[in-house]
Amino acid sequence: MADRAEARDAPVVAPIGNKQASEAKMSDASANGGPVLAADGTPLKVSLRRAERRLRLRAFLLTAPLLGFILLTFIAPIGDMLFRSVENEIVADTLPRTVEALKDWDPASGQAPDEPVFRALYEDLKVAVAEKKHTQVGQRLNYEKSGISSVFRKTGRRIKRMDPDKPLKPQFVNADKDWGDVETWRVIKQFSPRFTDGYFLAALDMQRDAQGVHLRDEKDRIYLTLFWRTISLSAVITGMCLLLGYPVAWLLANLPARTSNLLMILVLLPFWTSLLVRTSAWKVLLQQQGVINDLLVGIGLIDDAHRLALINNQTGTIIAMTHILLPFMILPLYSVMKTVPPSYVRAAKSLGANDWTAFWRVYFPQTIPGIGAGAILCFILAIGYYITPELVGGTSGTFISNRIAYHISVSLNWGLAAALGSLLLILVLALYWAYDKIVGIDNVKLG
Amino acid sequence: MNLKTMLGLGAAAAVSAAGWAAMAEDMPPCENCANEMTIVSWGGAYQESQRKAYVEPYKAMNPGVNVIWDESSAEAVAKMRAMAEAGNITWDVVDVVASDAIRLCDEGLAMPIDPDTQLAPAPDGTPASVDFGDLLVTECFIPQIVYSTAVGYRTDMVSEPPTSICAIFDLEKYPGKRALEKRPIGNLEWALYCDGVAKEDIYDVLETEEGQARAFAKLDTIKDHVIWWTAGAETPQLLADGEVVMGSTYNGRLFALIAEQKQPVGMLWDMQVFDLDGWVIPAGLPEDRKNRALHFVRFATDTQRLADQAKYIAYGPARKSSAPLVGKHAELGIDMAPHMPTNPDNAKNTLLYNYEWWADYRDDLDAKFQAWLSQ
Repeated sequence: MADRAEARDAPVVAPIGNKQASEAKMSDASANGGPVLAADGTPLKVSLRRAERRLRLRAFLLTAPLLGFILLTFIAPIGDMLFRSVENEIVADTLPRTVEALKDWDPASGQAPDEPVFRALYEDLKVAVAEKKHTQVGQRLNYEKSGISSVFRKTGRRIKRMDPDKPLKPQFVNADKDWGDVETWRVIKQFSPRFTDGYFLAALDMQRDAQGVHLRDEKDRIYLTLFWRTISLSAVITGMCLLLGYPVAWLLANLPARTSNLLMILVLLPFWTSLLVRTSAWKVLLQQQGVINDLLVGIGLIDDAHRLALINNQTGTIIAMTHILLPFMILPLYSVMKTVPPSYVRAAKSLGANDWTAFWRVYFPQTIPGIGAGAILCFILAIGYYITPELVGGTSGTFISNRIAYHISVSLNWGLAAALGSLLLILVLALYWAYDKIVGIDNVKLG
Repeated sequence: MNLKTMLGLGAAAAVSAAGWAAMAEDMPPCENCANEMTIVSWGGAYQESQRKAYVEPYKAMNPGVNVIWDESSAEAVAKMRAMAEAGNITWDVVDVVASDAIRLCDEGLAMPIDPDTQLAPAPDGTPASVDFGDLLVTECFIPQIVYSTAVGYRTDMVSEPPTSICAIFDLEKYPGKRALEKRPIGNLEWALYCDGVAKEDIYDVLETEEGQARAFAKLDTIKDHVIWWTAGAETPQLLADGEVVMGSTYNGRLFALIAEQKQPVGMLWDMQVFDLDGWVIPAGLPEDRKNRALHFVRFATDTQRLADQAKYIAYGPARKSSAPLVGKHAELGIDMAPHMPTNPDNAKNTLLYNYEWWADYRDDLDAKFQAWLSQ
């Protein structure tokens, strides 16, 4: 073992050795009077450094397009997402005077603020209505308290008819009685800072009210359950992929070329088929009046009244996603198994190991880099999936990504979507870190 | 929002309108207009009906206009917001449901339209604002069709045809799975109605914590027997496969299932939930593209064009003046009026979907609904 390590290291050591040697020679030379000069008369050291810099620059320029691409399409959006999850400028930007005037008001007083605050609100809303911004603030605050969006919409329609020479508070309360409610003002005050932890709290099923930060009522909790379900189902799916993929990958790697090529096509064909087609096919197969249930009833294994519920629940998600992610497990496993020399197992057997020992002690350890790569690929893909769970998962088989998609495209609560996305990102990074600690990321091999 | 005015539409069908029916409004050609226009719609049979009824006649009248279709209406609001943030709006005319139009208008992402100057009047001169009436739910929205979420049932799987929406909650008389949409809108109203709340009180009750608890408790009674759908095509498929005994979906989908595919499915129109679909034009378009979009929309929402669309799909035209012009299905040759959600026989008992109320309570109730689903 020690010999092998040294042998592997040897080529790496060699250039360093040479460099040291040449530096030693150079210092020898300078000791002998004057630096060593290159052909054009510059000192060798300078000329060498210049050449190296040019090489480095060329290497950098070659990778620059990719670097720029990654920055633009990967780093920047992620940064933007992280920023959105805490950004809350709209309230302070649209209602600057109100926010200022509210500084002196204390929600604990139990009274709605007084005339000066309403006067500030009047000034702010006049500008906001002209710019059609008031409804945006209403939308933002409606995420925190239902009903505020229509308070702003209604008041926006009434603002032109208000008389600034008379007391404004009664006129606002008249426009919408919620302006006389402490809760409305508490929400405005709470969400007036330019940055908020509100989205992250919401993403963790928590809320902040007069009593401080605490978990929501049991019946209102949703995201923690979904996070846990996403992780546990993804782990099950990864496990299933490994269980089913390992023997297939072994066959691929060990059968004669003609048969294994055919098998390979069978693995890749579904991989190239549209995701929606595959998912819809599972619907046809798994539903209660579907092919599998019909078959089981037909051969008398189950009776007609007790058909199995295989879809629109977790079972459906696990089956369909295992099928979809299987190639991502098989391909890395295959490419690693291909490099395992068959002579090792033969050697183990000739030394007296039985089939199981030869497999478990000799073959299996050599495929661990493939398992690691496949498992990471499957797990990370599974954790972010949403089309398949949406279509076959029913209510108990949907993932956190389904909620993120909902908040992006339906509710437009991008702040919450960003907070959920950030948590998912942190989760993946944490799992990656844990994997590195336990298995070692250097052990991952794609081929 | 009140859609009551729609309910009388079918009744006016007897009015003869042959004289002006076939004639398009005399439209001047578009001045300073872009020659390319991106129209966003829902894809499928619905987009096809728009292509045949609106876009092809428009292109025939305005040769040289190139129309690009985009099938992104389901994500229209999110995409329009992203486009506005990026300062690069690539869409010209967008088909959205009314609640999305309210959101887009609230966010300043859609352009306000003045119906009386920017839309065509009815052939008898009635201004567009009167002709569309209450259906102009927001100043940015140009209504196109009235559709409804109604229930279809398997005629061969029920002992007697259901006549009330409460059949959904009646597991004894109608055992089996039912398909409902995976969102609170519609379902909560139905639950309260079948729990004995009077129709006009539904939203007042739903506003309170107790009322919400009551609606969820009613849904609890059938929770284990529901398949929740998210795509409009799911219920027709589930009905066709006999996977569910009844299910809610858009009435046009059920029409296709019954009339085109001849499946043993019947319509339960009771307490159908009315909704609207129509056009918005993104705010901040360059002048020439805006002109083209307005020119097209004026043509596409005139009385005859709206009536034409009903030839291809079973959704009711949004103008009062279009109702008498609704004729036969273009391919099947059957009379379309009895299949319209607004037909008096179908609209005896309907639910008026309260847009403004849902704009306020949607986020909150959706979170509660999702939490309830996952319990």
